[in-house]
Amino acid sequence: MRNVQSEVKVMRDALIERLFCKMQENKKIFLISADFGAPALDKLRENFKDRFINVGIAEQNLVNISAGLALEGFIVYAYAIAPFITMRAYEQIRVNLSLLSHTRKINVNLIGVGGGLSYDVAGPTHHCIEDISIMRVLPNLMVCSPSDWVLTEKFVDFSINVNKPKYIRLDGKPLPRIYHDPEEFNIENGFHELVQGKDVCLVSTGYMTHKALNVANKLRENNINIGVIDVFLLKPFNEDLIYNLLEKYEHIITLEEAFINKGGLDSMISCVLSNKASHIKLKRLGFGDKYVFDIGSRDYFHKLNNIDEEYIIKVIENASNNISRRAWNESKGTYKKRSSEAHAYRP
Amino acid sequence: MNLTDLLKNKSLWVKQETLKLHKRAPGTRIASSLSCIEILVVLYYGKILSCDPKNIQWDTRDRFIVSKAHGSVSLYPILADFGFFEKEELKKIGKEGSILGDIPDNSIPGFETINGSLGHGLGVACGVALALKRKNLNAKVFVLSGDGELYEGSVWEAIMFASHHKLDNLTLIIDNNKICMLDYCKNILNLEPLDDKFRSFGWMTKIVDGHNIEQLYYALADLKKDESNQPKVLIADTIKGKGVPRLENDSLCHIKALKEDEIDKIIMELT
Repeated sequence: MRNVQSEVKVMRDALIERLFCKMQENKKIFLISADFGAPALDKLRENFKDRFINVGIAEQNLVNISAGLALEGFIVYAYAIAPFITMRAYEQIRVNLSLLSHTRKINVNLIGVGGGLSYDVAGPTHHCIEDISIMRVLPNLMVCSPSDWVLTEKFVDFSINVNKPKYIRLDGKPLPRIYHDPEEFNIENGFHELVQGKDVCLVSTGYMTHKALNVANKLRENNINIGVIDVFLLKPFNEDLIYNLLEKYEHIITLEEAFINKGGLDSMISCVLSNKASHIKLKRLGFGDKYVFDIGSRDYFHKLNNIDEEYIIKVIENASNNISRRAWNESKGTYKKRSSEAHAYRP
Repeated sequence: MNLTDLLKNKSLWVKQETLKLHKRAPGTRIASSLSCIEILVVLYYGKILSCDPKNIQWDTRDRFIVSKAHGSVSLYPILADFGFFEKEELKKIGKEGSILGDIPDNSIPGFETINGSLGHGLGVACGVALALKRKNLNAKVFVLSGDGELYEGSVWEAIMFASHHKLDNLTLIIDNNKICMLDYCKNILNLEPLDDKFRSFGWMTKIVDGHNIEQLYYALADLKKDESNQPKVLIADTIKGKGVPRLENDSLCHIKALKEDEIDKIIMELT
């Protein structure tokens, strides 16, 4: 048995520790912060005084300084709180990373800490539910959204080697590991099927992949096997590769701590299905067209916005009922197996 | 020919060529491109900038970042004259397939960065200047910015950064033509006293007449040699639309285009 408690970690700590190792061997790596830290960062600040720079609370300059260093061949990690690095400095990202990298090779990695509702109690300025949509729009920019600290470490190695601008969205809370051997698949594929299922599949990113796994585990106790696909590279994205996986399911449910119907993970999957003229049913779960001003925990916000585990299970139940009803109709009574399964979906 | 005469002759030629470019591409910002001609001529023909058109990415070149991209169409003839691209390109400006648009970008050989949006150049230049120091390269970074551009808050983030990090390899040249798009800066938000502002932010500051070749040359040559541990700013007082009487002193000259037949007459009368 693994000791689960000891394997809980904040993604930003995993990133900083891995960067610390890499900075020892690679003198080209800089870490630039917009006055944002972490206890794990103290050792790095102390050891690499010439390659750690605090630009102050100035995200626009954070991106511009990073672009300038990268133009001269340095590998730069620009480190700040997710909503501010993406939205305060959006035009700097557009001009000096996205546009500039059309003609020049620049390796700038925007590290946004606190994607989604990581900063739950801090309120709506610190919630970050727009970033996936707006960062996906920009050409030449990669969008990474790891779901655990093991993948986060892997993204450090990946980002050093891939000479392009990237946005790496990290969750802010301590989370258990999901991956044990990430070497077994290619990170550039962009996703991984964590649970193979039947009929219904949850497609999620970041923190919500933990929720998807919880839901899949609960349902498995009732002999219901749904699939779970974790999407950790939202751009670029291999449409054919993910469709090969999706097409064995009849119902896809996307799950993200982000606005839906606005260009996020849900829109990405919807485009894949539409481009393939697929008849797979799609249900999008995420935040509607409003901000959250209530005070409460992340779970409380999820309940308010219908992305809590209970609601997800209800959606799956409906989906599988529809699937079995349709199968029953199509087979005119000869179909038995799915019908009995459908009953088992009721918890 | 002595250097002053050479620079004066080149200034006249660049002015003529810039007006011809404007005739072919009326969308170019002519008034703003006329105010910085002597600055550009001194930088290139006065050999303040070390550059090599045959090896554009040469490691020890001086980096020149044109932050006021709209008003730098006058750099096109200079870059063509130096051989960064074919002179024939000047005739194709704004046409399908040309590399030259109304606002320059860095797909044009000789432009380091992309600056159609204002207020970006100095911040990126700070990153470049810091990188050159870390690489122990003696190259310098020059930035040309407009005064109106100083309204962008990101510029002041960079101004603070440059002096804190003692970026003495960085020189900002302000084409201080005192006019924005809609009005004189003094009527929008007064920027003066500009030199005091920079001084209080820890910058070495100089003011020159931005149309006086000799003042520009000696100031830039001095600043390039200076080892005072401070970033440097050269405030070049200029006239927007310089050389075209109907543009000079017109608070709306930024958005005014000249008529085709008018341009030939202006070129004839230039001295």
